[in-house]
Amino acid sequence: METEHAEVVIVGAGPAGLAAAIELRRSRVGRVVVFDREGTAGGIPRHTRHTGYGMRDMHRVMTGPAYARRYVELAQAAGAEIRTGTTVTGWASPTAVCTTSAAGLTEWHAHAVLLATGCRERPRAARLVPGDRPAGILTTGALQQFAELHRLPIGHRAIVVGAEHVSYSAVHTLTAHGLSVAAVVTEHPRPQSYALLQAITVGRHRVPVFTDTEVAEITGLRRVERVTLLNRRTGQSWAINCDTVVFTGDWIPDNELARIRGIQIDRGTRGPCADQLARTTQQGVFAAGNLTHAAETADVAALSGRHAARAISRYLRASTWPDRWIPVRCGKPLRWIYPPHLAAGDDVPPRGRLITRTHDFCGRGQFEVVQDGRLLHREPKHRLIPNRSITIRARWLGSIGPGGGPIEVHWANRM
Amino acid sequence: MTAEPAYDVAIIGAGVVGAAIARELSRYQLQVILIEAGDDIGTGTSKANTAIRHTGFDAKPGTLESDLLRRGFPLLAEYAAAAGIPLEATGALLVAWDAEQLASLGSLIKRSRANGYSAIRPVRADELYRREPNLGPGALGALDIPDEGIICPFTTPLAFAIEAVLNGVRLELSAPVSGVRALAGAHLLRLPRGEVAARWVVNAAGLNSDAVDRMFGHDTFTITPRRGQLIVFDKLARRLITSVLLSVPTARSKGVLVAPTVFGNILLGPTAEDVGGRSDTQSTADGVDALLAKGRQIIPELPDEEVTCVYAGLRAATEHADYRIVCHPDQRYACIGGIRSTGLSASMGIAARLAELLADAGLKLRPAAEHHQVHMPPIGEASLRPYGDERAIQRNPAYGQVICHCERVTRGEILAAAAAVIPARTIDGLRRRTRAMLGRCQGFYCSAPITAMIAEATGTPAAHLLHLDGGKAPGPGDVAERAK
Repeated sequence: METEHAEVVIVGAGPAGLAAAIELRRSRVGRVVVFDREGTAGGIPRHTRHTGYGMRDMHRVMTGPAYARRYVELAQAAGAEIRTGTTVTGWASPTAVCTTSAAGLTEWHAHAVLLATGCRERPRAARLVPGDRPAGILTTGALQQFAELHRLPIGHRAIVVGAEHVSYSAVHTLTAHGLSVAAVVTEHPRPQSYALLQAITVGRHRVPVFTDTEVAEITGLRRVERVTLLNRRTGQSWAINCDTVVFTGDWIPDNELARIRGIQIDRGTRGPCADQLARTTQQGVFAAGNLTHAAETADVAALSGRHAARAISRYLRASTWPDRWIPVRCGKPLRWIYPPHLAAGDDVPPRGRLITRTHDFCGRGQFEVVQDGRLLHREPKHRLIPNRSITIRARWLGSIGPGGGPIEVHWANRM
Repeated sequence: MTAEPAYDVAIIGAGVVGAAIARELSRYQLQVILIEAGDDIGTGTSKANTAIRHTGFDAKPGTLESDLLRRGFPLLAEYAAAAGIPLEATGALLVAWDAEQLASLGSLIKRSRANGYSAIRPVRADELYRREPNLGPGALGALDIPDEGIICPFTTPLAFAIEAVLNGVRLELSAPVSGVRALAGAHLLRLPRGEVAARWVVNAAGLNSDAVDRMFGHDTFTITPRRGQLIVFDKLARRLITSVLLSVPTARSKGVLVAPTVFGNILLGPTAEDVGGRSDTQSTADGVDALLAKGRQIIPELPDEEVTCVYAGLRAATEHADYRIVCHPDQRYACIGGIRSTGLSASMGIAARLAELLADAGLKLRPAAEHHQVHMPPIGEASLRPYGDERAIQRNPAYGQVICHCERVTRGEILAAAAAVIPARTIDGLRRRTRAMLGRCQGFYCSAPITAMIAEATGTPAAHLLHLDGGKAPGPGDVAERAK
């Protein structure tokens, strides 16, 4: 077992991890090492062939693979070490991690660790969809790897479960690879993506979209043969023959390393509790990107990584860590809020915003941020859409009472 | 035809029992063929059970099941250690949740002693909660069964079968037996590729053992498959229990248990519902809901963890309350049927008994001059696995390349499984040999690279591995009518 030392180690060479590495090196931080367990760096964008990447962070528009390559180039040019095919298997101490790779086992000692391990889509099993367990059941991530990275056969006729942005991306990938898409199915009363994206995917290929509908059963001996759908509003059920089922969205952070370290996990986001400066409850350990808010777009993850890097640079100089945080709580219809806790002071989260998600469609209304009965902020919104990013401005953070109670974020419908 | 039959013994069924029998007989100078309808070892009940190593404490005393569980227990312990089968001596606590269950513990102790297991002892509620602090409220007491444990249900039949093959047993996969005829002191078994002649036949066909028994002219039992659905929770739930937690058994089943697995997960189940067909291994909403409710009662924090997978297996239950192990010496045929739900634990006891029956019936068992031992690759959480083994990685860097991240399975292990004595020829076969794709992401990260890797390593087209090359593609005209 070798031992190595670095200023900062970063787990995950996706947009968040690489953007953090670039920012750290530009701030003259010493040795910065980024680990990725995949064979190539760049994260999920490596195999997401559509365009639209880079808007908020690079002020350009490019495809996923080009975006991934660009971040790798920039990180290498900035002098960060990217070690691919390297798996972080656990912790040797609060800021030391153990890795395994083809070169053997290594213990890495650092002054700060950034967890940027991203998120994955929840698979069929975790969603408890009943039925057989045949081949042909995928998530979008697996579908993209089949189609783009490994050029493997996918199937002939597919059902897509979910009607958010990533679901339409799945429809696009399926049709581009010669499959017919028999249906898009969503439990919600309406689709949750842009009209244009819907038009160029399901519209163009005349794919029926079934709302208020869930997959009640998957049937098939060796390969998927059909799915049984159930409309929860009307109670009708019917079967559609297909050989491929793609489960989309329903993200969950890849938080194993945080959990085994005993870092506090937020029940809402299911990621590590990170404050507005990406600090977890373990001194020296930071968390950024979709590990802390599953799932934002890649540019938002990258900006989160850049923001965390500035906080890490400050920490390397000053070595202070909060000893308490103020919890941020959200009520229905909100599912989670990021950051889930805040340190007292003026520092704001990335982009000066909090991020949240809603369970349900809502019309006109407003967010109200309250502490100990005192209204700190009010922000009207036209509508809330499930599975879409919703942000709340954070300029009120400076007026938090540091010894006060939890911050409550409410949604009030305007009738 | 007066030619010698090709085989002394043909074993029908390569589940854990058939494979154990093949291993046992491979110790002797016999020509043995192991015939399996499925495409791999252990694709029936053997791959979908609770993976408990039963002491047999709660079997019905005086039955064959009780006897063979007791006989098999030390044999399997010794074999697992020698062959590297993942095994953990977790112990078990049988928990009483109401006064009636508490009152029944005494008779369970008596039954255990009648079965020859006397290490069982009562545990009071305070000690129970000290040992299992995450147990839900309301447990009144328990029984401690210190020798009950967990074992890998995949590695066990594979180890038996590989050892058999290493010692000369011929393995015939994808070979359902469709009929048998007698000819000149031998049985001619009809397989897809032609007829195979064997002097003796052993029926270890599991869920199909009744159908095979009828091919030989017997009609003494009927298999009514009893399905057990099981939920596997994330490894992050492993910390919630230490021992296997058993329920007070009923006549129909051993009840719902919560148990660690050798792969570091927590298992909850099984249900017990009679089903019609031998491939009715679906999970159902009702079954899963019932398990989650039970699980929440036993370990309240358990349902908060992510589910890694849900599976179901079928028990070969019959109208009889015991194994159907019958030897017909004149017919040179033995039936190992109706092994209920304890085949894994009793497998070596059953194999030893079967060898005795064959010897008594006149089959000469002369020990072979040499016998090769098997050593299975380490896949249990309790052993040092390649990703953490510096020496293994130095010898072969492919053991440091993790491909299945959730289960930490390396490229070296995947390639070794594709090239093994009984190689992985399917994705499912790879799962059972290596743990690949059995983890929390269920292939989100690794199913594509692994499919590509196996296609290349075995020369099998990917479409075949993905079961895309049989039958026609489903078409729009097949959409069924909406239910009114």
